Amino acid sequence: MLRIVNGKLYDPANGVDGEVRTVAIRDGRIVAEQELDATARTLDARGLLVLPGGVDLHSHIAGPKVNAARKLRPEDHRQAPPVHRTRTTRSGVMGSNPSTFATGYSYARLGYTTVFDAAVPPLGARHAHEELHDTPIIDKGFFVLMGNNEFILRCLGKGEAEKVRHFMAWLLAAAKGYAVKLVNPGGVEVWKQSGGNVKGLDDPVAPSGVTPRQIVVGLAQAVAELGVPHPVHVHANNLGVAGNWATTLDTMRALEGRRAHFAHVQFHSYGGEPGALPTSRVRELIDYVDTHPNLSVDVGQVVFGDTTSMTGDGPLGYYLHGVTGRKWFNGDVELEEGCGIVPIRYKPGSRVHATQWAIGLEWLLLAKDPWRVVLSTDHPNGGSFLAYPHIVRLLMDREYRKATLRTVNAKALAKTTLPDLDREYTLSEVVIVTRAAPARLLGLSRKGHLGLGADADIAILSPGSDWQQAFTAPRYVIKDGAVLVEDGEIRQDYEGRTFHIEPPWDPAILPELRKWFADFYTIEFENYPVDPQYLARPERVALMAAG
Amino acid sequence: MTEPARPGEGGTLEATGGVRVVEHATCTFCGCVCDDIDLTVEGNRITKAKNACVLGKAWFLEHQLDDTRPEAMVGGQPATTAAAIEEAARLLVAARYPIVYGLSDTTAEAQRVAVEIADRLGACLDTTTSVCHGPSGIAFQAVGEPTCTLGEIKNRADMVIFWGGNPAESHPRHFTKYSVTPKGMYIPRGRKDRYVVLVDVRRTPSARAADLFLQVKPGKDFELLWALRGLVKGVSIDDGIEAETGIPLATLEALVERMKRVRFGVFLFGMGLSMTRGKHYNAAAILALARDLNHFTRFLAKPMRGHGNVTGADNVVSWSTGYPFGINLGRGYPRFNPGEFTTVDVLARGEADAALIISADPAANFPQVAIEHLKRIPTVVLDPVLSATARIARVAITTATYGINTAGTVYRMDDVPIRLRPALPSRYPSDEEVLRAIARRIQELREAPVAATAGAAR
Repeated sequence: MLRIVNGKLYDPANGVDGEVRTVAIRDGRIVAEQELDATARTLDARGLLVLPGGVDLHSHIAGPKVNAARKLRPEDHRQAPPVHRTRTTRSGVMGSNPSTFATGYSYARLGYTTVFDAAVPPLGARHAHEELHDTPIIDKGFFVLMGNNEFILRCLGKGEAEKVRHFMAWLLAAAKGYAVKLVNPGGVEVWKQSGGNVKGLDDPVAPSGVTPRQIVVGLAQAVAELGVPHPVHVHANNLGVAGNWATTLDTMRALEGRRAHFAHVQFHSYGGEPGALPTSRVRELIDYVDTHPNLSVDVGQVVFGDTTSMTGDGPLGYYLHGVTGRKWFNGDVELEEGCGIVPIRYKPGSRVHATQWAIGLEWLLLAKDPWRVVLSTDHPNGGSFLAYPHIVRLLMDREYRKATLRTVNAKALAKTTLPDLDREYTLSEVVIVTRAAPARLLGLSRKGHLGLGADADIAILSPGSDWQQAFTAPRYVIKDGAVLVEDGEIRQDYEGRTFHIEPPWDPAILPELRKWFADFYTIEFENYPVDPQYLARPERVALMAAG
Repeated sequence: MTEPARPGEGGTLEATGGVRVVEHATCTFCGCVCDDIDLTVEGNRITKAKNACVLGKAWFLEHQLDDTRPEAMVGGQPATTAAAIEEAARLLVAARYPIVYGLSDTTAEAQRVAVEIADRLGACLDTTTSVCHGPSGIAFQAVGEPTCTLGEIKNRADMVIFWGGNPAESHPRHFTKYSVTPKGMYIPRGRKDRYVVLVDVRRTPSARAADLFLQVKPGKDFELLWALRGLVKGVSIDDGIEAETGIPLATLEALVERMKRVRFGVFLFGMGLSMTRGKHYNAAAILALARDLNHFTRFLAKPMRGHGNVTGADNVVSWSTGYPFGINLGRGYPRFNPGEFTTVDVLARGEADAALIISADPAANFPQVAIEHLKRIPTVVLDPVLSATARIARVAITTATYGINTAGTVYRMDDVPIRLRPALPSRYPSDEEVLRAIARRIQELREAPVAATAGAAR
């Protein structure tokens, strides 16, 4: 039992904005103070800020493509300070693709306590679970890639919506995944077939002729009908292409009110002509998102410096290799997905990169509803999650932002609204976009807030010389009621939960599935599903009422 | 002790006069990791291995459930497992430059514990990759790799080029299960829809499967690959290439034209590239060639990994440390330097003063100078069989055979993770159990609190 006293609580989900409140913890949950007895320890948080633990709903931390990136870039590990082992912690490496133990410790030190990997192919689910098992402290889970799954594409092409739903449910259960992810729907299949891509929502994908529009809508519909707590998570077509704002808007419109979350939307907000310089078309997209509460986004903020692009969007990886000339990994997964990995460097003097950087901040500063705009860097694609505190400072400290603007390509900035934006985020708003909103969007009712019944995942910040410092080095980080991090030191090792869902499916699809596996896969149908013992601390999350 | 396969874990159990069948079992003999093996178990023997190739059949059928071997040997005398674990931990903690090596024939679960031990000891950490496809891993770091899972080859590949390997003998089911004969989604006629090329220094049985066999001069693979790269890029190549490599220019030009026009090509390369003159340059050349061909069509490349779970070793070591092999943890964090920390080199230079060797037999296949040093230092060896390395060990612990006695996870050559279905119980513990006990004892000896890092035992 633990009692945190004298701290200023920031819990916007429960309407608390910096009041001094006592937070009572028992058995890893927030409880009413009268439930504590005399044995409860007290943590004096005088002068400190008490926040719910951070929730990252879009990151790349575990699974086959993440590990390929680690293997690909020894130089990236070497240029970062090493992670020394201690009596309680394992050693590791950082850089843009940290090793698993270092990933868990680093997130925890930042005060993040729940992290989801955004894209795992079901054939590699077992691998992702093994890596998550070696990722300490944080609660975790992953989204299952489905937007180029050949079984789904075939069914959608034939209009077999019900079968899609059952297969989706079967696949989520087989992978022990949490939600459904689409990456360049249809486009990766075209890449695998012929090295091409889709250019628009209505490009047919052989052999069924299904279109990206049908894939997005069909899967969004199935997700809603199954009651998956998190909406369909969409990496839209044409990522990175100048002029792609129209594709993004079309995709949003195509949903016709169905819930969807648009990933790293910064990369999808470009005006201009394909092949030419991108411009910012954030306004039109924000106006649409603001007026359509079925939609949410995470930003995918670019951070200047070296990082690694790592995406399920295979053709995008090849394109980036062509543009940068850097080494290139491509991994096509039979019947399911693809991936591309290319080192990348974002430069403040580059017109393109400066525009990308500005667009992410425009999203964060212009969006009216902070509950539907989540802070992310699409780690590591835009930059490392270690940069979150820096981005928070850019949002909260107008003078710092303006000083930073002076170091960035002025011509590019002049074509955006960023220089004119004076808004400063309140701490409450930061808590929303880094904790309360992602938790709510994920459908995790015990995360992102510190009301009664919430998990006692808490970050206690010391107001430092600036907000970046405060968020970089929380004074204490509490996980399930235990003080695991104190002044940046991991006090004890710990394994978090793995969240997953098990929607029901109709066994009538099994004969067709068995044949599918026998004909086209190279692994036995019986060996495909992940056994429960791969999850050390599984938590099955309840479905929502079908929507 | 491992438990016998339980219903649902070991597949179907049909108790008919002491005979049962374990369906969908996984063979770990080679990197094909076939998981469609149906094992017939009679008493304490596997009597049938349906679908297994000659290597898999030997692997399963020759497995002796030998209860007569001692649990362990310490200093040449029979000992209990517990005593052996105690001595193992003691000698490893006492060492100043220990090495942890092997790992390619054990489960991912055991590999994770071995990495933890290396971390806590501050040891060198290396796997059999360093004597096999290590150079391919180095080339991967330089160039990258356009690759795919094996099902993509089955479903799409209309051109398959084997280079520097003899799959007919090293991976007998590769041709029929993945790369040459199977019908696939876009390869409806199977073999008829594929063009198969074999490049090697001599005509092996694999050549019978090929439409085109190119006999390259020994030590000239790099020159040949570089000429192909040139032709792909439109560089004019001198016909002196024939004297250099043994292959006429016209043959190469025709091959390149064909490569550009196929729908989906793949290079599958072996130790004929990674372990001959050039090593990582050879591997880099073939990876770059595959990459360059993507300008024209889909083209991919894969190293043909040998042991059943060497790919698992690469994956586990990489996710834990950031690097795939040839690592040192002596400064308290991972450092990577092939040549400095790889096991043959550390032994040959006489630097290691203790070794923990898991599921590998360096005393049987390392260079003599390395073996001589291995004999001089105290070693702990985990192996189901009394290998050459176990024979010279200070502590030799008999462990159960993965995939036959123990459950767990292995990674196929294309990184697909596959579960094992054990068929027979064993009175010997698994590698994972022994390593956990050694890890615990090392921590106790070091007076460190027990940490739940590699996860509680499942």
